[in-house]
Amino acid sequence: MKRELMKGNEALAEAAVRAGCRFFAGYPITPQSEIVEYMSWRVPEAGGSFVQSESELAGISMVYGAAAAGFRSMTSSSGPGFSLLHEGISYISSAELPAVIVDVMRYGTGLGDIFQGQADYWQGVKGGGHGDYRLLVLAPASVQESADLIALAFDKAEEYMNPVLILSDASIGQMMEPVSLPDLKGHDPDQFQWSLKGKQGGDFRRVTSTMYYRTDFNEYIKAKFDRIAENEERWESVSTEDAEVIMVAYGISSRIAKEAVRLGREAGLKLGLIRPISLWPFPKKAFTGFSENLRGFLTVEMSSLGQMGEDVALADRMRHPVYAYLSGDKVPDPETLVATARRVLAGEMKEAV
Amino acid sequence: MVMRKKSPLLVEDNKFCPGCGHGIINRLLAEVLDEMGVADNTIGVAAVGCACLQIDTFGIDWIQAEHGRAPAVATGIKRCRPDKVVLSYQGDGDCLAIGMAETIHTAFRGENLTMLFVNNGVFGMTGGQMAPTTLPGQKTTTSVHGRDVTKTGNPANILELLATFETVKYLARGTVTDVAGINRTKGYIRKAVENQIEGRGYSFVEILSPCPTNWGLTPLKSIEHIKNNVAKVYPPGEVLNRTEEAK
Repeated sequence: MKRELMKGNEALAEAAVRAGCRFFAGYPITPQSEIVEYMSWRVPEAGGSFVQSESELAGISMVYGAAAAGFRSMTSSSGPGFSLLHEGISYISSAELPAVIVDVMRYGTGLGDIFQGQADYWQGVKGGGHGDYRLLVLAPASVQESADLIALAFDKAEEYMNPVLILSDASIGQMMEPVSLPDLKGHDPDQFQWSLKGKQGGDFRRVTSTMYYRTDFNEYIKAKFDRIAENEERWESVSTEDAEVIMVAYGISSRIAKEAVRLGREAGLKLGLIRPISLWPFPKKAFTGFSENLRGFLTVEMSSLGQMGEDVALADRMRHPVYAYLSGDKVPDPETLVATARRVLAGEMKEAV
Repeated sequence: MVMRKKSPLLVEDNKFCPGCGHGIINRLLAEVLDEMGVADNTIGVAAVGCACLQIDTFGIDWIQAEHGRAPAVATGIKRCRPDKVVLSYQGDGDCLAIGMAETIHTAFRGENLTMLFVNNGVFGMTGGQMAPTTLPGQKTTTSVHGRDVTKTGNPANILELLATFETVKYLARGTVTDVAGINRTKGYIRKAVENQIEGRGYSFVEILSPCPTNWGLTPLKSIEHIKNNVAKVYPPGEVLNRTEEAK
């Protein structure tokens, strides 16, 4: 397949259109603005609609409406804008509609900064909106994966009738890499019985929280999210079988961690990596088949507090200690990760969880 | 006296309080959609508040918007399905408090859709709190000594505000206090829907409506209150008609 050199954000946007996305509403915010810019001309070119919304609150609401009409719909944001999306995300989940949301993470709390970072793990993975719902959360670690996961996201959103979150980050969104893209696909919004199109002589539709219309709602919704948890774990394991220290990292941090595994192994250090691709469900199934010599996990994250560590400890059922290398707004370097792994082996690190 | 049969779109009795204006407005809207033959191709966007009660009793396709976001949800639907009639139906708090930004920007963009706004001067479903439309001095559960305009602003006249946008094509304010007013209101709703079907652009109809429950008045006294007080602050009538058809 032909490969092109593209920015992560643009590859993601183009792949969304090729997956059949025909409605996009968004608001400018760094470092995701390339997606809004790209979609502003590309979605109309493909026969769809683009709206630059007055706010993220309005943008996600437009996506809610478009999704209810049966169209493959998407928005993207970052930082404080991602916070504003959560009102609508909760509604879309409660109405059991498919939609794709992209958060190109930056660093910091409040206004924070436009720097690279991985500060939204908790908000994205644990549920940033009100209520009792989950999002399938997918984290790309390359430009190619940004394109691949967005197509998967649209399919999974429709399969489970729930929004899917792509948790990208500034580095993955801004870097340029070769990428191959699939052919342009259409999408028929009338293929669904549930899509709003006017009742056309049939029963009228009511798109709202599905809890109002099911007597078995509690069991039903639990079973649905259990099904996602069971079926949608995705991850990549690198040299974990004999590893004495296994790093756990996603997105940009996992790129560095993978290089650290190579460097460490060259120096005779038995390092491994688990790279979660799905953050919810967290890939618990990856946490098996380890060596008796495994001394612990080292989470590598671009946050200050270490947002993923607890999930690592739970996935491992706390059989091993969990340490953290937290690089805040700096992309870690592989040599430092190797040195940190040595400190784990030397018993010099304090447990993070 | 001619009795007109209730529209078949009203599939169940409404759930509004006795004397509430929403029931009349539901009926007018149902008659308009029926008479125009567009009910099968109409998608309604219901606000949070009393407006959401209608989605089980008014038989068109509905979506329940987030609080204040009905025009944004309607924008998403209309952009995707331009051949459908898309209308939003909101109350005071939804349209002019939490949703003021969405109201303004939907008009500002000139979306080819129809917004219906029911002005009863209070937050109805939550128990009659002060709204942007509450009259000066009016007692509500959050203005127990009467609305103090020096601290809470003057009653929001949304039609005057929207009239400043070139993209806005039709603005009208109706009442449901007497037969003549009801008939005029039906005409405004009809024009607002016709404008959309003909692609003439953005239309907004405000309807002054009684809320006896939260006003602490009988239904008849509520009607009098609208005629004597509310309509003085919010004068009924066609405020703007910028459609080609009008020229």
